[in-house]
Amino acid sequence: MGRITLENVTKRFGDVEVIPPLNLDINDGEFVVFVGPSGCGKSTLLRLIAGLEDTSGGRILIDGQDATSTPPAKRGLAMVFQSYALYPHMSVRKNIAFPMRMAGVPQDEQDRRIESAAKALNLTNYLDRKPGQLSGGQRQRVAIGRAIVREPSAFLFDEPLSNLDAALRVGMRLEISELHNRLETTMIYVTHDQVEAMTMADKIVVLQAGRIEQVGSPMELYRAPRNLFVAGFIGSPRMNLIDGPAAAEYDATTIGVRPEHIAVSGTEGKWKGRIGVSEHLGSDTFFYVEDTGLAETITVRAGGDIDLHHGDTVWLSPDIAQMHRFDANGDRIA
Amino acid sequence: MARAVSSRAKVGYTVAAWIVALLIFFPILYTIITSLKSEQEAIAGFDLIPSFTLESFRAVQTQNDYWKPFTNSVILSLGSTLLALIVAIPAAWAMAFSPTKRTKDILMWMLSTKMMPAVAVLVPIYLIFLRTGLMDTRIGLTVMLMLINLPIVVWMLYTYFREIPGEILEAARMDGATLRDEIVHVLTPMAVPGIASTLLLNVILAWNEAFWTIQLTTTNAAPLSAFIASFSSPQGLFWAKLSAASVLAIAPILILGWFSQKQLVRGLTFGAVK
Repeated sequence: MGRITLENVTKRFGDVEVIPPLNLDINDGEFVVFVGPSGCGKSTLLRLIAGLEDTSGGRILIDGQDATSTPPAKRGLAMVFQSYALYPHMSVRKNIAFPMRMAGVPQDEQDRRIESAAKALNLTNYLDRKPGQLSGGQRQRVAIGRAIVREPSAFLFDEPLSNLDAALRVGMRLEISELHNRLETTMIYVTHDQVEAMTMADKIVVLQAGRIEQVGSPMELYRAPRNLFVAGFIGSPRMNLIDGPAAAEYDATTIGVRPEHIAVSGTEGKWKGRIGVSEHLGSDTFFYVEDTGLAETITVRAGGDIDLHHGDTVWLSPDIAQMHRFDANGDRIA
Repeated sequence: MARAVSSRAKVGYTVAAWIVALLIFFPILYTIITSLKSEQEAIAGFDLIPSFTLESFRAVQTQNDYWKPFTNSVILSLGSTLLALIVAIPAAWAMAFSPTKRTKDILMWMLSTKMMPAVAVLVPIYLIFLRTGLMDTRIGLTVMLMLINLPIVVWMLYTYFREIPGEILEAARMDGATLRDEIVHVLTPMAVPGIASTLLLNVILAWNEAFWTIQLTTTNAAPLSAFIASFSSPQGLFWAKLSAASVLAIAPILILGWFSQKQLVRGLTFGAVK
């Protein structure tokens, strides 16, 4: 089981309230991603759940039990750190065995779990090496192995991929998703990378300044961002946010149109502009269109085969059905 | 790109380095030379070529037993160091990993005790030792040396512990380690190099300590530092014998230092360079 409930959880460091009262329900087996810009309190929130920080108020329930003042070791959670936090003086085998050794698991059971974790994580040939002799990706796998063998009720990941290079990051992302499918254990994953959030999460929690801006599935957040912050944060490239007369035309203070919801034409359309930078990715082309008379440069996503280039004059037409409207407070207009 | 160094400059630097090293080493060298002279040669004046007589060493051995103070030195330096580590490891651990607002002040206060001249507390300490029957006992002196070096031991360990990433200890806590497990299985093994250099340096400091060892001992607990001092007696100065005694006293620690150079240098420069 791994049901985690936060009830009015707050955290203050001295006089600074980093997390104002916050409520959140995490269901058993869910993959929840905390996402937000750096300093938004996502890591602090994770550390509160882990028990590495004490709450300043409110309750944390794990499987219905009040765990607010339970020490980290007794919460039945496993954590994977950004720095991997492996024990440098122990071999990979001993690193993975450590939590079981602490729990007094019998030796043959320890060996069995180590073998199976090593097999799942491709670490079998490295069991007798020290962490210093491993690459970043291998170290991260050892850290995950150490978490798996505990058979925790939930996994906590604190930006586990941010120290890896881009190619490795994509690979590890898949591995963690596969791990979640196989184990069906609750996972809470902290990242500042909205691509990781979109690709891995069952449920995304968008945080800003310690407050939850929106909770929902990746597609809910993509289709119906509740406010400007979420609209701008989720989706890559970023949603075009336009205010002024162009927005007033649609009875809104700000309108948002995603790059993929704007049609480009060389002959006719709603907004006329000139292509600034164009990025050809092969599958897609991104145009950054300037001089449209709107306040911002408009990002447009078009097909890979489109034959338009820097300096060309184009007409843009937003897809009205896919347009997001926001009021003066930045909240979504239904 | 590496800076180009001409071979002439290289020779210059080498010569300069040798001169500095020789200047630093010269007092020890001259002590060794003098110890190999006869008493007449020793007072005759400056001379770098001794007659290589072992007469002074023999005299030192027969007049005063060398092995007793040697044993005392070993017991005192090792004993006080171990005792200091037992006290300092938990103290440094607490300050490095659970610092409070006052931690820096406490560290400063500890160090400030080293700024005080030892003579300032000679009388009270002397009286305490006299009244409690600790005078000229190994146990009393071991405790005294431990207390004297404790601030440095705490400081060194604190610096080492600070270098251990906090996330590793948090990982241990998440892995179900108790405070004791954390110290025994994670912190101590990671801190072993640091503890080793602290131990070495403290052994050397305790071995060379001469103020308290001379003030608080007569014969029973007197270590080698007091042994040397006993050769500058009111009956007159015996340079050759004094030198022979000094050589005998510093030889063990010099050998220890030689073999543990790497650890020591790491210990002394720790935190300064990375």
